[in-house]
Amino acid sequence: MMTHDYALQVDNLAVEFDTYGGVVQAVRDVSFKLRKGKTLAIVGESGCGKSVTVQSLMGLIPMPPGRITRGSARLGNDELIGIAPAALNAIRGKRIGMIFQDPMSALNPTMTIGRQIAETLVVHRGLSASAARAEVIELLRLTQISQPEKRLDQYPFEFSGGMLQRAMIALSIACKPEVLIADEPTTALDVTIQAQILLLLQELQSSHGLSIILITHDLGVVARMAHDVAVMYAGQVVESGLVDDIFYRSAHPYTLGLRAAMPSNDPRKRQLQIIPGSPPDLFAPPPGCGFADRCAQAMRVCRDTPPPAYGHTHQARCWLQDPLAPASPVTSLMVNNKAD
Amino acid sequence: MLIEATALRKFFSLSGGRQVHAVDEVSLGIAEHEVVGLVGESGSGKTTFGKTLIGLHDKSGGEVRYRGELLPARYGAADFRKQASEIQMIFQDPYGSLNPRMTIFEIIAEGLAIREGRSLAALRDKVVYWLERVGLHADHLSRYPHEFSGGQRQRVGIARALIVEPKLLICDEPISALDVSVQAQVVQLLGELQASMGLSMLFIAHDLSMVRYVSNRMAVMYLGSLIELGPAEDLYFRPLHPYTQLLIASNPEPDPEHERQRQDQLISGEIPSPVDLKAHCRFAGRCPKAEARCFEERPALREVLPGRLVACHLL
Ligand SMILES: Nc1ncnc2c1ncn2[C@@H]1O[C@H](COP(=O)(O)OP(=O)(O)OP(=O)(O)O)[C@@H](O)[C@H]1O
Ligand SMILES: Nc1ncnc2c1ncn2[C@@H]1O[C@H](COP(=O)(O)OP(=O)(O)OP(=O)(O)O)[C@@H](O)[C@H]1O
Ligand code: SF4
Ligand SMILES: [Mg+2]
Ligand SMILES: [Mg+2]
Repeated sequence: MMTHDYALQVDNLAVEFDTYGGVVQAVRDVSFKLRKGKTLAIVGESGCGKSVTVQSLMGLIPMPPGRITRGSARLGNDELIGIAPAALNAIRGKRIGMIFQDPMSALNPTMTIGRQIAETLVVHRGLSASAARAEVIELLRLTQISQPEKRLDQYPFEFSGGMLQRAMIALSIACKPEVLIADEPTTALDVTIQAQILLLLQELQSSHGLSIILITHDLGVVARMAHDVAVMYAGQVVESGLVDDIFYRSAHPYTLGLRAAMPSNDPRKRQLQIIPGSPPDLFAPPPGCGFADRCAQAMRVCRDTPPPAYGHTHQARCWLQDPLAPASPVTSLMVNNKAD
Repeated sequence: MLIEATALRKFFSLSGGRQVHAVDEVSLGIAEHEVVGLVGESGSGKTTFGKTLIGLHDKSGGEVRYRGELLPARYGAADFRKQASEIQMIFQDPYGSLNPRMTIFEIIAEGLAIREGRSLAALRDKVVYWLERVGLHADHLSRYPHEFSGGQRQRVGIARALIVEPKLLICDEPISALDVSVQAQVVQLLGELQASMGLSMLFIAHDLSMVRYVSNRMAVMYLGSLIELGPAEDLYFRPLHPYTQLLIASNPEPDPEHERQRQDQLISGEIPSPVDLKAHCRFAGRCPKAEARCFEERPALREVLPGRLVACHLL
């Protein structure tokens, strides 16, 4: 595929934070591609660097203590890493929209919902106040908020959680962005409202051609929404591919473990399978594979040498993919050479 | 029952004399060594029920008994101190509930230090023990909450509550911010603790699928009311109330093929506002099965099958 098929392309991103106890290597070499008009889900253990990854694309990493030490992120043909804050400000909100787990923290509690969205329209799209108001009503209607004419003069605290998340979506798509980044958008909602919000995102994707990055830890949400999936562990993407590759042909032991830990609808299963242990300390990441301590298949090489990424469209960073490795429960990518 | 609420009510007053019926006549008990899962939509009153149960909100009506003893309608500082070693709560918001100026060590040790009148330093080993039990490292001790991800903070909250070895634990969405593998770990950890410490728990969540693994009984709330209560497995696999049925059917399955085939109806509409509630069934406006009487009369929670309580006119 040629570059222009991708809305966003991230290569070898690395981010660290200075802390009292030392330097945390929160993101260590992350690469992924977001196809135009598709949804890429990023999943992975808590603290593995999902939020930091997308925050660094948006210029939302506090610097100091944060630092992007390496890598590139291209939105279309435009590099995002290392550009002037003013230039990034112009892109954020305009060409990339973002919604968060907690919409309350992203909205101004002292300003009506309507004014907050209108302000974006005035600043980024140069609309007049009255045109902006009409557009806000249209956006609230698009995101299925009932009685938008009345709702726009209300304050965030007068909205329920599901409605706030809709308002947040309205705000994030106000400037017709190319890319929408949703960081756990439905984690705080119950499943009936979650189903509505997910459907709304799917509808917006087909009507507006939105490319979406969806961060979630719910594999059910991934199964419903994603075209492509990147599985992260300890600051790295350990497996990536089409959604069916990840669910039906898991090529990394961590992905297998994640799937086994999912609650099941099978009444005979009364126990959850857990992945024993905890993720490595990102102050001093292990020299080899980050998952080696918890991996039932770990070999000696795993502890000493970081595994390369094997495969092409379906990739996994695991020594079990090496042609010399013994048979194992992961799907073999049947590659003779490393990914390029 | 270790703790038992009878017709518990919590209303919040808004300006203009209006009232939020956050918890409206909920009767629910937790037996010794029992885990009760409490699920329901956002805003249905789960947190308010948990907090009112243990005195963090003044009650607007009803009563709570702990080991048979009536708890005060309004708590004073002495009541909280008395209760602190017996009852603990893990709060929903892992961001707001940890003091940003304290280190992880201070946060976890503080409650125990006060209770046992010991210096913080003397508790180091114990803090490390609990930190590791919840899957964090000893070298996290000197870090501050903002240096942690949401899920890591949640585990700090769990360690802080468990270190005092309470009898009753109110867990308010302890796993919602965690990824599945850590959720499974926390659920297993809480299960082990329940067995080894003889813990009783109210386990609040909005996702039923995980709750069934931890709970003996499950309770479902909708708009301040308790609408279904029963043995966890039974309720999960044979839900009786139309809302519970939709809640379980809406849960996305971790299976892309299944999700592509999915055709079930979406439950439409927003949860109505809990202000100035009408006297009819709280779910009537969104219920696919509603009849005329559902809009006229509020159904009582009744035992429709042995051990199965449901508030619905149709059952
Ligand atoms: N401001 C900061 N200072 C120091 N460390 C930080 C800071 N922000 C994040 N980190 C660290 O970076 C790592 C990645 O955090 P991040 O928030 O990206 O995790 P996540 O994958 O989004 O987790 P979750 O699923 O819990 O939201 C964590 O180990 C966290 O402790
Ligand atoms: N201090 C307060 N003042 C006024 N209203 C409140 C207050 N606390 C809660 N409420 C309202 O009471 C209702 C129940 O809220 P509660 O937080 O108990 O719900 P919940 O079931 O825990 O929801 P969630 O899943 O979102 O945590 C909501 O309508 C909420 O807006
Ligand atoms: S590289 Fe080795 S330790 Fe890492 S996941 Fe693969 S087999 Fe396990
Ligand atoms: Mg995050
Ligand atoms: Mg709550």
